[in-house]
Amino acid sequence: MIGVLIELVEATGILLGVTLLAAGLTFAERRLLGFWQDRLGPNRVGWQGTLQIVADMIKIFFKQDWTPPFADPVIFVAAPIIVLTTVVLGFAVVPITPLVGIIPDMNIGLLFFLGMTSLSVYGVILAGWSSNSKFALLGGMRAAAQMVSYEVFMGLAVIGVVMLTGSFSLSKIVDAQTNMWFIVPQFFGFLPFLIAGIAEAHRLPFDLPEGENELGAGFHTEYSSMKFGMFFVGEYASIVLISSITVVLYFGGWHGPFLPPALWFALKIGFFIGFFILLRAALPRPRYDQLMSYGWKLMLPLSIANLAITGALMLSGIG
Amino acid sequence: MFITSAIRTLWLTFLHLFHKTETVQYPEQKPYLAPRYRGRIVLTRDPDGEERCVSCYLCAAVCPVDCISLQKTSEPDKWTPEHFRINFSRCIFCGFCEEACPTSAIQLIPDFEMSEFVRQNLVYEKENLLIAGTGKVPDYNFYRVAGVTAFDKEKGMALNEAAPVDPRGLMP
Repeated sequence: MIGVLIELVEATGILLGVTLLAAGLTFAERRLLGFWQDRLGPNRVGWQGTLQIVADMIKIFFKQDWTPPFADPVIFVAAPIIVLTTVVLGFAVVPITPLVGIIPDMNIGLLFFLGMTSLSVYGVILAGWSSNSKFALLGGMRAAAQMVSYEVFMGLAVIGVVMLTGSFSLSKIVDAQTNMWFIVPQFFGFLPFLIAGIAEAHRLPFDLPEGENELGAGFHTEYSSMKFGMFFVGEYASIVLISSITVVLYFGGWHGPFLPPALWFALKIGFFIGFFILLRAALPRPRYDQLMSYGWKLMLPLSIANLAITGALMLSGIG
Repeated sequence: MFITSAIRTLWLTFLHLFHKTETVQYPEQKPYLAPRYRGRIVLTRDPDGEERCVSCYLCAAVCPVDCISLQKTSEPDKWTPEHFRINFSRCIFCGFCEEACPTSAIQLIPDFEMSEFVRQNLVYEKENLLIAGTGKVPDYNFYRVAGVTAFDKEKGMALNEAAPVDPRGLMP
């Protein structure tokens, strides 16, 4: 009984932490983007603008929650729920420290994560489809094509780590990195994984499903109020999710000298979140055919070659 | 190659974290306005403290948005305007009125803080526009400047007329 309660408290804590972190990221991103563009960013509400999140939350809750009359009402409401739920569920398998984590030693942890990111594509596609407007539909179609093609080599890139560890369990993968992080032997698996992760979170430079200068707001053009807020929080939560999975798979999870494990994990995640924001500040969006050719002609062969070389080295007894 | 240029871009953008920001924190920190900044319009007086405006209507005629309205006084031998009204909700601060003014009466000054809650309050009457000083042209009096030679009168010889200026002189 006590064990169940502790599990519940832990799960609720992680859920709350992730949601609050995602909300806080909206502020951190605007501040950082500001500095990278030689501006100050929001700094008026509270100390250095820290209460900006609260102001935004109040605003978004009190906006009109409008379902357009031409939309399919059931799917229209379900789509943001799917996006947020699947992203948050992905955190169930992330080992944060040796003790904290909901089910970090799940024997198909990595597959569960891949499954959840694949499912969140449905939310985006359904949002685009049920909105029944051309911009939303175009965004949804782009999301479908982008996610399908980038998911292919995301899975292939991860296989290298699984081969080295011999397990899909994320806590076992972290344990296997006690002496050396997998970034060293699996560098050419890490690159496709990170790029696919950016595309999965549809962040710039791979935000073609949103593409605000050509599609309005892409798949969430018709959404307002908290339904849009759920997409928004879902997007930032997926940044956190991709960052944590990258850290777990390639950067040794909680491992690190001197500092406590939780701090190491937070530092590494923070580095990747900052990198994601820097990408948004620095890089332009590729053309659609460029996106497809990067995926299929560059990243897919790269991850297959990485897989083949890893396998060959393992069989020859070196790796 | 795309990858190297992307990495270079990322690095250069990252360095901007340590640059000085361009933002001026406006209400606390005022921006520098150039002396010739075209802001709020004022009516100035000559060095003797008399109104410079002679109601020639050139400013009202040149105004592209028709925001200036004035009326010459009906008193004999007086040329000052009876009313002078500028609608600042229409004014585009182009400065044409200042250029057109033959007596340097109407001038644009470096001040833009004239927000109002009621639109009507943006209509400035003569008592709001008229200032005590000479504005940007300190020692100019339209009635005193040397005119032209006429009949038996040399330049600067008439009553109250100033001596002609040497246009090639550099000394102040």
